[in-house]
Amino acid sequence: MRNFSYAQATSRADAIALLQQPETMSIAGGTELLNWKRIGIVEPARVVDITGIPDMEGVEALPNGGVRIGALTKLNDVAQHALIRDAYPVFSQAILKAASAQIRNLATIGGNPLQRVRCAYFRAEEPTPCNKRVAGSGCSAVAGIHDKHAIFGWTEDCVAVHPADPPVALAALDAAYVIENAKGVRRVPVQDIHVMPSENPAWHNILGNGDLITAIEIGAAATTSAYLKIRERESFEYATVSAAVALDLDGDVIRRARIALGSVAMRPWRLNATEQQLVGQRIGSSEAVAAVDAGFVDARPLSSNAYKITIARNATLRAIELAARAA
Amino acid sequence: MSDHPGKISRRTFMRGTATVAAGVAVIGAPTEAGAQDLAPSRFSSSVTVRFEINGVDHVLDVEPRTTLLDAVRERLQLTGTKKGCNRGECGACTVLMDDRRVNSCLILAASTDGRKITTIEGLADGPVLHPVQQAFIDHDAFQCGFCTSGQIMSAVGCIAEGHAGSNAEIREWMSGNLCRCSAYPQIAAAVEAAAGEIV
Ligand SMILES: Cc1cc2nc3c(=O)[nH]c(=O)nc-3n(C[C@H](O)[C@H](O)[C@H](O)COP(=O)(O)OP(=O)(O)OC[C@H]3O[C@@H](n4cnc5c(N)ncnc54)[C@H](O)[C@@H]3O)c2cc1C
Ligand code: SF4
Ligand code: FES
Ligand code: FES
Repeated sequence: MRNFSYAQATSRADAIALLQQPETMSIAGGTELLNWKRIGIVEPARVVDITGIPDMEGVEALPNGGVRIGALTKLNDVAQHALIRDAYPVFSQAILKAASAQIRNLATIGGNPLQRVRCAYFRAEEPTPCNKRVAGSGCSAVAGIHDKHAIFGWTEDCVAVHPADPPVALAALDAAYVIENAKGVRRVPVQDIHVMPSENPAWHNILGNGDLITAIEIGAAATTSAYLKIRERESFEYATVSAAVALDLDGDVIRRARIALGSVAMRPWRLNATEQQLVGQRIGSSEAVAAVDAGFVDARPLSSNAYKITIARNATLRAIELAARAA
Repeated sequence: MSDHPGKISRRTFMRGTATVAAGVAVIGAPTEAGAQDLAPSRFSSSVTVRFEINGVDHVLDVEPRTTLLDAVRERLQLTGTKKGCNRGECGACTVLMDDRRVNSCLILAASTDGRKITTIEGLADGPVLHPVQQAFIDHDAFQCGFCTSGQIMSAVGCIAEGHAGSNAEIREWMSGNLCRCSAYPQIAAAVEAAAGEIV
């Protein structure tokens, strides 16, 4: 690992100022950044440790009924906080199915959406064409190994998926990141932080220098919700596909459904057509199944990942039932 | 450095063949020279950390890139903590930091100032083994032993967290510790037995 110089930020403003330096990156839990440095994905000259910033950790209820989660809160502490566990089961489950118990004691909820793609070419130690490693170098995956790659929203320039679990649940909950920089504070809907390959295949997310995620805000409680993660081993594995569902029910009739899929695109993928068609349908009805199918009309497989469409469709159906049962 | 060249508009960037480095150059433009003159003094290439390891206070000067794992093994010669993958994937390097289990390969030593660290060497009470250590012996919970110190440290954390209530819960909450000898049934049984004893 190339050496770097190190500073600890004492406040949000201090961090934002320090991050204006060229070749400077922040470190929170460090569970991604250290691995990037080992592989050579990034080689910052300076690293700003943001973990000592006060007021960026913890979970608090908002006056309107939602919650605000400090970006530095560790994954395990978010998932097991009573306000999250009881009011947003989909989010708590998504977190606890991410990584391992040890990693969740280090990894922060603000750093989690900033993890980068798991594509083997992107993570390669030897130089390999990859537009996310070297812009314009091409995409080795599109005609290479891509069985875990995208079924929605890809282009020939990048077919990778965003691998994180918690943001999938947050997308279904219409949550927002609170982002602060030298100019002020803005709120960005969770799925909009990621950059689709059609916008720019080289980018990972919209954060610029000195942009600090300070918190996550979620609206009203969503107790009728569930997260289903399909993976090749039962624990400590990235998703092949995941489904986050939050329902409003009247008996077994759906009043409102919010559904996001994970590991199918470069961002959490809301099934808008499905959500619209599910309104007024009964859980388990043939109309509900048809509504789910409608969400996959624009799914496009690569040469070796068509199986993911079937898995994603079935995972959606199962997650709807799991959410309904959580009522 | 950012995940994209922040000061260039998306459209300009996409049309051109600019690289990330070009974006960085823009950000370091002379308009911000004032801020740059001040801040670098805040960054240092050697960091002094004071931490407590297994009840003993230590003061170490480390390069910022030194991980807690390397500091413990190479500088303090506490080699019970193992380096398996050095990527967070195997759990062999698990230690307790302020009583919580963490992967020491994913932590910069520079960030551990003021922390309390416990490694496998700090578990036993003199000649008396910690109940988890004893349970691993009693249940034959290792073969080659390379993963064992990480398994034991993780188990201590797992039990303290209250996640050792059943065999299934133990297997889920111990999944961050791999064992290439596949002693999993014995490991889970040892943790279950130790949990019963500690509670
Ligand atoms: C073995 C392994 C398995 C994993 N499995 C899963 C999984 O199954 N599911 C899953 O979702 N994740 C998984 N992860 C990823 C893990 O959850 C992320 O690495 C972690 O959440 C990142 O948070 P961090 O605080 O450690 O980030 P860091 O490594 O500290 O930072 C990552 C990046 O984010 C930036 N950053 C961090 N915090 C902020 C902030 N507040 N504002 C602005 N920028 C910031 C840093 O500058 C850096 O660029 C796994 C990781 C490992 C190592
Ligand atoms: S899919 Fe994306 S990350 Fe993978 S090789 Fe292609 S450009 Fe790189
Ligand atoms: S060496 Fe740290 S997890 Fe493998
Ligand atoms: S005992 Fe050999 S790796 Fe676990």
